Amino acid sequence: MSDVEVAGVGLHPFGRFEGVSISDMGVTAVRGALREAGVGKGGFQAAFCGTAYGGVATGHKVLGALGMTGMPIVDVEAGCASGAAALMLGSKAIGAGQYDTVVVFGVEKMPRGIIRSSFFEPWQEEAGLAATPAYFGLRAQRFMQTSGVTKDHLAAVVVKNRRHGAHNPDAMYRSDVEAADVLASRVVCEPLHLWMLCSPNEGAAAVVLRRADKGTSARHGAAVQLDSAVLRSHLPGAVLSESTPMAGLTDDTLPTPTTLAATAAYEEAGLGPRDIDVVECQDTDAARELMSYEELGLCAAGGAAEMLDAGVTSVGGRLPVNPSGGLLSKGEPLGASALGQVVELVHQLRGEAGARQVHGARVGLAHTVGRGANAGVVILRR
Amino acid sequence: MRPGAATFSAMSATVPVRQGLFTDTDPPHLLGGRCAACGHHHFPHHDICPYCASEDTEPAELSAMGRLWAWTAVTHAPPGYKGEVPYGFGVIELPEGLRVITRLTEPDPAKLHFDQSMHMVTEVLHVDDEGRPVVGYAFAPVEVP
Ligand SMILES: [Zn+2]
Repeated sequence: MSDVEVAGVGLHPFGRFEGVSISDMGVTAVRGALREAGVGKGGFQAAFCGTAYGGVATGHKVLGALGMTGMPIVDVEAGCASGAAALMLGSKAIGAGQYDTVVVFGVEKMPRGIIRSSFFEPWQEEAGLAATPAYFGLRAQRFMQTSGVTKDHLAAVVVKNRRHGAHNPDAMYRSDVEAADVLASRVVCEPLHLWMLCSPNEGAAAVVLRRADKGTSARHGAAVQLDSAVLRSHLPGAVLSESTPMAGLTDDTLPTPTTLAATAAYEEAGLGPRDIDVVECQDTDAARELMSYEELGLCAAGGAAEMLDAGVTSVGGRLPVNPSGGLLSKGEPLGASALGQVVELVHQLRGEAGARQVHGARVGLAHTVGRGANAGVVILRR
Repeated sequence: MRPGAATFSAMSATVPVRQGLFTDTDPPHLLGGRCAACGHHHFPHHDICPYCASEDTEPAELSAMGRLWAWTAVTHAPPGYKGEVPYGFGVIELPEGLRVITRLTEPDPAKLHFDQSMHMVTEVLHVDDEGRPVVGYAFAPVEVP
């Protein structure tokens, strides 16, 4: 799919913004991406907007506020991977020859506290089964049981990502933390402490995609190609899968949605895990990041703790993971988070990431996974 | 709720949190299903097998005994929940080859261990607006005498 390039990216910082509407944030991100791409009104033929909590016609409201409507505007919900789903649709449409230029964006303004999800039935809420962080806790416990990962490793993931995030002006938390303080934060759902969980918040991110043979590439930094944008759902049977079933089978061999998406993305890009220089992955909780190392094929089963301990996944290591600070630093505005990763990787591949720059990065991978299940894997190349 | 030897119908007018999840027998059982095509059990019961899409399924009472496969505790009331916290939350492995997400009666994770023997119970979640106890399913450690 190397015939699609990222012509421009834009971002509204992730955080809490009293009095700023979801449309305002979308306008900031889309306008930034259009400006970088040198695209104006009439310069794109379709738009794809990812959001999970935005409600009806969120994409239309953003483009309406920009005075740019009339083309198809597709609003997409795929949980934490909503932006990846939008990116898949936009890039495939260009690849199929349907459009030359599309705008893909993600926006979110999450409610505070534990998020009420329309996913659960009322009786599940009444029975206390809609306890989202508890599912993360169970998954973390099983992973620790089989991988040699300890609570100290979970704290180390937080320390690493917050250290990265301290250099990201668009992150919500921009300060270093100590492992002892992570472990001293209150237990939300054993083994997960509060600081090991990302905060739902607000933000927006946008990219302009263009057919690579359109000619006007690289008007802003190095040209970045979109090599793959894949979305996958779950196979039935895994009880702790992001699909959040009420029961599953005693079968530990089922491939996860992340593995399904990664396998397809590597194939589409004609690349493998060894070709990746920098990763942005779903660190909903600290254990989720370490599980992703295995599921994305970045290490063998049981190798995540060693990879973290050796500093491989820190900026300065061989394969930095979440140089942006990850969701643990940025917070997670569901619809915007996948494209926020893409914006970060584009900056990394262009060499524009400042103090958190991964030197010499040529290939980047972005990964999101969440309820549905939905897993998105995006591979970008300079 | 099926008619039968009631354990909690002695208390007047309890209501299950949802019909068709568990029996009101003593001991109670979860009401799952089994697919004749692939042989797998599922819970709750569905007319269509969630694993192989066959429509050749039938209801099946699941074992009341199982083993603890994962656990944690819920320390803050999740959305829509009117009962007390903390409460245990975990996964029980049943002999049918099924892992079930469930509440646990033990809210202290330190008091549980992997592969612990557990049995199904019903418990009152909260009392509804009409004063009726609303009952759900949970698993409790098997007491070692
Ligand atoms: Zn079946």
